[in-house]
Amino acid sequence: MEKFITKENLNRLAAELAATCRVLAPVADCGTVTFRRFQPGMVMDLHSRMAAVSPKAATFPQTETLLVVKREIPEKKPEIIETLPEGKNVVIGCRPCGARGKLIFDPVYETDKIKDPYYLQRRKNTVFISLACDRPETTCFCHSVGSGPADPSGSDVLLTLVGEGYVARSVTPEGEEIMKMALFADAGDKGKEADAKNAKAREMMGEAHDYASAPAKLLARFDDMDFWLAQSAKCISCGACTYMCPTCYCFNITDDDLGLSSQRIRTWDNCMSHTFTLEGSGHNPRSTKAHRLKNRVGHKFSYYPDLHKGVIACCGCGRCIKQCPAGVDIRQIVNAAQEYAE
Amino acid sequence: MSQLDDLKTAIKSRLGDLECVIGWEQGYDPLHATPLFIRSEADLDRLIIGPLAVHNLATYLTGWKGKKVGVVVKGCDSKSVIELLNEKLINRDDVVIFGLCCDGVVSQRKIRAALPADPGFVESVEIGADSLKVTVAGQAATLRLDDVRADKCRVCDTPDALVSDFLIGKAHTPAPAPSLKCQDEFEAKSDAEKFAFWQETMGRCIRCYACRNACPMCVCRDYCIATSRDPLWVSQENLPSENMMFQMIHVSHLAGRCTECGECERACPVDIPLMLLRRYMNKQVRDVFQHEAGKALDQTPPLLTFKVEEERINERGW
Ligand code: SF4
Ligand code: SF4
Ligand code: SF4
Ligand code: SF4
Repeated sequence: MEKFITKENLNRLAAELAATCRVLAPVADCGTVTFRRFQPGMVMDLHSRMAAVSPKAATFPQTETLLVVKREIPEKKPEIIETLPEGKNVVIGCRPCGARGKLIFDPVYETDKIKDPYYLQRRKNTVFISLACDRPETTCFCHSVGSGPADPSGSDVLLTLVGEGYVARSVTPEGEEIMKMALFADAGDKGKEADAKNAKAREMMGEAHDYASAPAKLLARFDDMDFWLAQSAKCISCGACTYMCPTCYCFNITDDDLGLSSQRIRTWDNCMSHTFTLEGSGHNPRSTKAHRLKNRVGHKFSYYPDLHKGVIACCGCGRCIKQCPAGVDIRQIVNAAQEYAE
Repeated sequence: MSQLDDLKTAIKSRLGDLECVIGWEQGYDPLHATPLFIRSEADLDRLIIGPLAVHNLATYLTGWKGKKVGVVVKGCDSKSVIELLNEKLINRDDVVIFGLCCDGVVSQRKIRAALPADPGFVESVEIGADSLKVTVAGQAATLRLDDVRADKCRVCDTPDALVSDFLIGKAHTPAPAPSLKCQDEFEAKSDAEKFAFWQETMGRCIRCYACRNACPMCVCRDYCIATSRDPLWVSQENLPSENMMFQMIHVSHLAGRCTECGECERACPVDIPLMLLRRYMNKQVRDVFQHEAGKALDQTPPLLTFKVEEERINERGW
């Protein structure tokens, strides 16, 4: 299905959907742009910059309550309440790379043996209305990881800016359902303009880098700590890269005491943190930032692709590059491994 | 010879005895620098200095403890080195300090706000004596350095490195502004307004700890009480209250040790104005203890020592 929606109507769409769903949309936030829960009266900011943090919280919130243990008086048996996420979510205005993040989650959170009910429930109940990119940033490399600035995979509706509105194309039946709303008008022949814009954006990205040799080449450097010490020298081992990343899916589980009651929460975790692999004995197999950065890069460009049909666990959004306080560039590290002369 | 040439000559003269010298090079685009670890003369060719060299490289020094390294520091960064020395977190014999007389650095956030399009679309940058010519998304813009200077540079009274083995550049007569407008305006707010501000702002903190790890004085890092599991001091739940709790921990652990280098705020990926808290805390420390961290060698931070009777704390008066 192809339709057209004006800028004003897209904002109206967000407001209308917010009546029945949890809508996440990019809004201007003190000089940056973040995804916030959209409330009628708010104005989306789709164009000034890519949201600082990816929209992964829609399907994988930073804090998820897994269960609550309630006990009113010490003598009483505690009551255990499971808290599966309820309701529908809509993400509006994410970029194709942000929407694609969950495609990396899927094979991990749903296997023959293990199914994560929390993730799967949100996944089923979340619709992504993405905006194709007009122009790549210096840190974008989606075209090198099997995607592109107008990649529909991962989205339910893909918008392309044409004049004062967007050409909307449905990708899934859920997307088509939303596009039946009266705010969408006939696209006329604007589809052609959208095609031209999509093609131009792809052209501006230039030639793609070939990561085909990356899995083997990174594995070849696995025991080369000198290589990783040099690559990680400027890294400060914080969690900025992983927390902003649409594809980083690791979590921690904590039982939080609330007096007689407690809650079991799942929170984002990150492989750059010391506690990530800290064992009960006190031993830490990844005791330095060099070990940790090796894992972060290796997992995305080597171990994950080896396990999952060659798919690279990175969407090329560039957040970890541009928002790293030290300017660590994941592309450079993979290149260095690929170009390493034995 | 230019300041950069002088610096390169100085580094070359010592590179042989050192594991590496930490400086800056151009980063992933022409608008951003990134730390450079110089191990050979070939690496030295990539060295840059100037308004884009924002990182406080003193942050890396504790990570090299026990090895001999060199570090290039601006005036403000040199205060971090002094504080690390004063707290015996690094050894003076292990560091060769290449001090700069600094003309100030930019705030990438101010550049972002001043450009006609997102800096992600930068095509070229020309650095002039008092301006930056930036082309973004096909549009050229000339920014006055004065307009995009980092806040700390506006109030800087130590542009020339306070401790160094080589001091490079022409000495300055500092002319700091008496205070920062953003700070004054914030402090003039009522408690209720401040509370509402942090409630809202801390809602966007992702607890990535970039602020902590970028801080040269936050030396616990891997053993920070905010991430210890046993005991569990701070909930991992991402709530404004818990996020603010972590900031309170950072601020109070830095009382009398913070040199106002601004790295915490610069590192924050979601632009939280963390310096509002640090500057306020530092003002209290100045008022009560008449102490400024990193201003002189051989002083002890007030909270790392003990006086039976503090001059400005009237302990028995109430
Ligand atoms: S790569 Fe950058 S963002 Fe990631 S841990 Fe290292 S310093 Fe932090
Ligand atoms: S690894 Fe970096 S570039 Fe790749 S998806 Fe994650 S944040 Fe984006
Ligand atoms: S750097 Fe910013 S987002 Fe990260 S923990 Fe600190 S205040 Fe929060
Ligand atoms: S708290 Fe912030 S300003 Fe103070 S020393 Fe640490 S990084 Fe610098």
